[in-house]
Amino acid sequence: MDLASAQVIGAGLAAIGAGAAAAGVGSVFGNFLQGALRNPAAAPGQTTVLYIGFAAAELLGLMAFAVAMIILYAR
Amino acid sequence: MAAAAKMDPMHQFTITPIGSDQLVASPFQFTNSALWMMIVLAAIILFMWGGTRRQLVPGRWQAAVEGLTGFVGDIAKQGIGPEGRRYLPWIFTAFVFILFSNWMGAMPFGIVPGAHPFTVTSQFSVTGVMSILSFAIVLGVGFWKHGLHFFSLFVPKGAPLGVKLFVAPIEFVSFMVRPFSLGLRPFVAMFAGHVLLEVFGNFVVQGLNAGSVLGWVISALCFVFIIFVNALELLVGGIQAYVFALLTALYINDAVNLH
Repeated sequence: MDLASAQVIGAGLAAIGAGAAAAGVGSVFGNFLQGALRNPAAAPGQTTVLYIGFAAAELLGLMAFAVAMIILYAR
Repeated sequence: MAAAAKMDPMHQFTITPIGSDQLVASPFQFTNSALWMMIVLAAIILFMWGGTRRQLVPGRWQAAVEGLTGFVGDIAKQGIGPEGRRYLPWIFTAFVFILFSNWMGAMPFGIVPGAHPFTVTSQFSVTGVMSILSFAIVLGVGFWKHGLHFFSLFVPKGAPLGVKLFVAPIEFVSFMVRPFSLGLRPFVAMFAGHVLLEVFGNFVVQGLNAGSVLGWVISALCFVFIIFVNALELLVGGIQAYVFALLTALYINDAVNLH
């Protein structure tokens, strides 16, 4: 296998991380919604925490993207 | 439109010089990135100027500006506490700049022939410098207020010594990664979204060029998809600006209050 095809395959494998981050972000928002429906009065005060959790979960997906780009364009 | 145009989703991110032929390694060359930064700045100035005319009964425009300033003020107040007002200028600047450049990049300026909209925040050099500024404020405030005591940020309070020795390096690494992650977030969100739009825009054109009914159907489906992705892009642009402001506020809070 030459380098170019290996790079494309590697970038594709790295993109799996984006799907994993999707599961993470979905879990953050889904669990927030569950909690918010049980106690709607407490929900507005927790949106800050919600977005911190979202940012942390999303970051790992973005890392996967960065890794994919590095693999794809590395020389 | 060429019949079999080669798909090149990265082309929209190339920085091209304006007024000269060649991109040189000089900070004083006027590029399309600089041009769009100025357009974003003009839009921000127009928006703020229209809303700060101190009417006694606020109109819609002033209500919008007041809503924006109040929103960012709440971020600073919730994140940092009563001292948050002192750091509001930078948080507000970062929020509004990222928000406006994200949304200006998603606007359909391309329907004007010859206009090439450019999303300023789709370059890591821009968001990276903004995150370094945030990090510099954190370091400056931390060392100014607490001196070398600032390093106690890395040590969990009231933990046994073994745990402290174990956690402190991890905390240190996570602290040093912050400027990277803070700048990476808005950059990748814009970058990936625009690549997606470009790819599906290409599908529309190629489907129309295919000349069959199936091609037309695929074109129409892709066009609808683009509309929804554009809406999502506006949402993501807002969320990324919010997250940048929120995390900046929280990081400054670490420096101001040390836990």
